[in-house]
Amino acid sequence: MRVLGIETSCDETGIAIYDGEQGLLAHAVYTQVAIHAEYGGVVPELASRDHVRKTLPLIRQVLDEAGLPPASIDGVAFTAGPGLIGALLVGAALGRSLAWAWGVPAIGVHHMEGHLLAPLIESPAPAFPFVALLVSGGHTQLVDVAGVGRYRILGESLDDAAGEAFDKTAKILDLPYPGGPELARLAERGDPQRFRFPRPMTDRPGLDFSFSGLKTFALNTVRTELPLAADPVQTRADIARAFEEAVVDTLVIKCRRALRETGHRRLILAGGVSANRRLRERMDSAIAAEGGETYYPRPMFCTDNGAMIAYAGWQRLRAGQSEPLAFKPRARWPLEALPPLCASAAG
Amino acid sequence: MKLLAIDTSGDTCSAALLLDGGVEQLLETAPRQHGERILPMMQALLDGAGLLLTDLNALAFGRGPGSFTGVRIATAVIQGAAFGAGLPVVPVSTLGALAQGQFRRGGQRRLLTALNARMDEVYWGCFEIGEHDLAVAQGEERVCPPERIAIPAGAGWYGVGPGWSAYDLTLQTQVGDALDGANPAAFCEARDIAVLAAADFTAGRHLPPELATPVYLRDQVTR
Repeated sequence: MRVLGIETSCDETGIAIYDGEQGLLAHAVYTQVAIHAEYGGVVPELASRDHVRKTLPLIRQVLDEAGLPPASIDGVAFTAGPGLIGALLVGAALGRSLAWAWGVPAIGVHHMEGHLLAPLIESPAPAFPFVALLVSGGHTQLVDVAGVGRYRILGESLDDAAGEAFDKTAKILDLPYPGGPELARLAERGDPQRFRFPRPMTDRPGLDFSFSGLKTFALNTVRTELPLAADPVQTRADIARAFEEAVVDTLVIKCRRALRETGHRRLILAGGVSANRRLRERMDSAIAAEGGETYYPRPMFCTDNGAMIAYAGWQRLRAGQSEPLAFKPRARWPLEALPPLCASAAG
Repeated sequence: MKLLAIDTSGDTCSAALLLDGGVEQLLETAPRQHGERILPMMQALLDGAGLLLTDLNALAFGRGPGSFTGVRIATAVIQGAAFGAGLPVVPVSTLGALAQGQFRRGGQRRLLTALNARMDEVYWGCFEIGEHDLAVAQGEERVCPPERIAIPAGAGWYGVGPGWSAYDLTLQTQVGDALDGANPAAFCEARDIAVLAAADFTAGRHLPPELATPVYLRDQVTR
């Protein structure tokens, strides 16, 4: 079975084709970063307007590049939530009607299920069960994954997502939008010993996170240290490094704890922040020291993309799930509300 | 000529199948439920006529102005269906369809169309019913405060569309004696889009699906 995936939940248009026997056949992502940069954040109406211009041309491009005739597609998967409702509606409307016209089944995919199954596209793929850390600009969640559709939230952020804290702290440090990756670059030149930020909620049991305090701590540090700094460029790098160390440490501590509590040996990381080099280094060594294994999607599939939607959609379509002609994406959609896979068919 | 048209630009959701001049329409009042209703309506029309999507010559849609989200739903549905079936697309003005609909119901031939654009503005377009009884735009469609509408020369104009109830007095004052009456209860319907689209298609005015995009009129969406 060969599935076309469409992702339009936020500010990336992602299209891909996944084949059950041949794996990923083609994929493309168009990012709207430049459109939203001058506003310092995603403007939902501008995002929707751009998706409706870009989605179909990108579908045509991906089919052409793969040299695949439309008749070879057996199903269409589109992101049905959670996300920006206007942006989701573009992908859902286009994906559902395209499947209708092709006479193939369609499936609405949960965006976070896409992220947490993304490492399964890679080789070697992790076997179930595993713990997933979903860490992006919109989410920080630890999930116990027993199988496709069998998810239990172990903990999540009570306020800002980790990626959001990266972006907000980057803004405090006057870094250009989107600041997360810029902050990580600046942190590479920072002295990890100069400042020490707190590790929120690690001094008590539980697997929830809180990152909004770190951003405030960064703001206070900037205000007290920068005016007195002999070398302000270095001081900003040192603050960025201290912030990054605190986030990474916190994520590592909670992941280690989640593996111990579940008894699982495998940890997968997904979402935009999982592309962070420092996080990967620290997580790999910490989990290896416990006798566990870490898995990641390739950096390109850490951020929003069509491949993960095509893959998650393929998992569900081949098990016989599909959607009626009605499409109704959801801005909010709890991961645990997803149905498990019952039947299983050959790929 | 076989053509399927849809509109999801307002509170109603409609689909119409035009077959060699005759038009069959399905219409529902379904605010915020367009995504749930539109494809089943399109399927029902094709089933009723015993046709496949690929039997059609073209697909048409209300390209705006109207609800941003609603107009995008129609655009994306038609883009997907047209690409999937290998059909060309005819985007049609929702204001033009309003004018065409009023001619169909009341026979008026000089029409001032207004939709409520909120933020103290209207989407505004002037149309005359020309030869072949089709609405032809007189000047550009625009979004503006009701005090600043452009009024074409001459008398015997008739107001149509919900903008006339939202800005009743202002619009009447602006048009003055040139106004013969108004129907503020009128709304855009797919059957009128179909009629206008059939003429456009015959005249060669159609697009590949990826070039069929919304017309919002309001392009300032950030502060």
